[in-house]
Amino acid sequence: MSEFFAMGGYGFYVWCSMGMVLFLMLLEPIVLKIQHRRLIKSIQRQKRRKKEN
Amino acid sequence: MAINWFKYSSPSSFYPLAGKMIPVFMTLAILLIMGGLYWGFFETPDVLSDQKQYYKIIYVHVASAWMAMWLYVVMVAWAVLGLIFNTRMSYMMASATAVTGAIMTALSLWTGAFWGQTSWGTWWDWDPRMTTQLILLFLYIGYIALQSAIEETRRSDRASAVLALVGLAIVPVIYYSINCPDPNECASLHQESSLKRVEPNILIAMLVVTAGFWMYCFAVILMRVRNIILQRESHTNWVERLEAFR
Repeated sequence: MSEFFAMGGYGFYVWCSMGMVLFLMLLEPIVLKIQHRRLIKSIQRQKRRKKEN
Repeated sequence: MAINWFKYSSPSSFYPLAGKMIPVFMTLAILLIMGGLYWGFFETPDVLSDQKQYYKIIYVHVASAWMAMWLYVVMVAWAVLGLIFNTRMSYMMASATAVTGAIMTALSLWTGAFWGQTSWGTWWDWDPRMTTQLILLFLYIGYIALQSAIEETRRSDRASAVLALVGLAIVPVIYYSINCPDPNECASLHQESSLKRVEPNILIAMLVVTAGFWMYCFAVILMRVRNIILQRESHTNWVERLEAFR
């Protein structure tokens, strides 16, 4: 197992590359999802205000 | 069967359609990327001997570099459709593509730096392929910046579409930066692209991961375009009638 992570001495390079890919490709959809929820909430608020007036 | 494509050029019909497609593309992306990487890490012979396992960076490096270039073409295609037909949806698709394109370009440069350090002994060199890829990143950033600098949506859409179209000139330059007719004339550290010479298992893994990257890009671009639709159309009646707001 540790041999696998060592990557013949190049573990640092391989895992830094893979890690950044994983990080950004998880971050992007998560940020979009949060943004989506905020938009829905703000439109709901806007709709409620409209009704009250 | 005739599909009325223009129906989907209106945000009100595209929004729910995109919502249905996102989980499909995301699932495919996860399956293909995991499958491809599994094959690439465990089922390929160590052709370069045990000492050179850094070649495994190839799977994500090549996939992200290809996506960076292709997404630029996709973005320009949407921008041009917008300029010709003046459809809101096309412009929204173009700007949704830009951010993902920039991320893919950044990933290709990042993974390339780590590969370069192992095989060429340098994180960065002004080799033609790297330099043109860096310019591509600046083009994406320029497009995003220009769009956010102009407040009026219609003007910012058109201005950034023209910028994207002019920047299309970089794509053939990126391609020919390593595939130039006379190899002696292009001083590239990158070797000529040679898919035929790659070991078949590595090639399959690379192509499967690339297909997964395509699916991922479709999914996040659709996610972003839905957000853009909500931002721009929040005052319209159809948005208020959406299920989420009942």
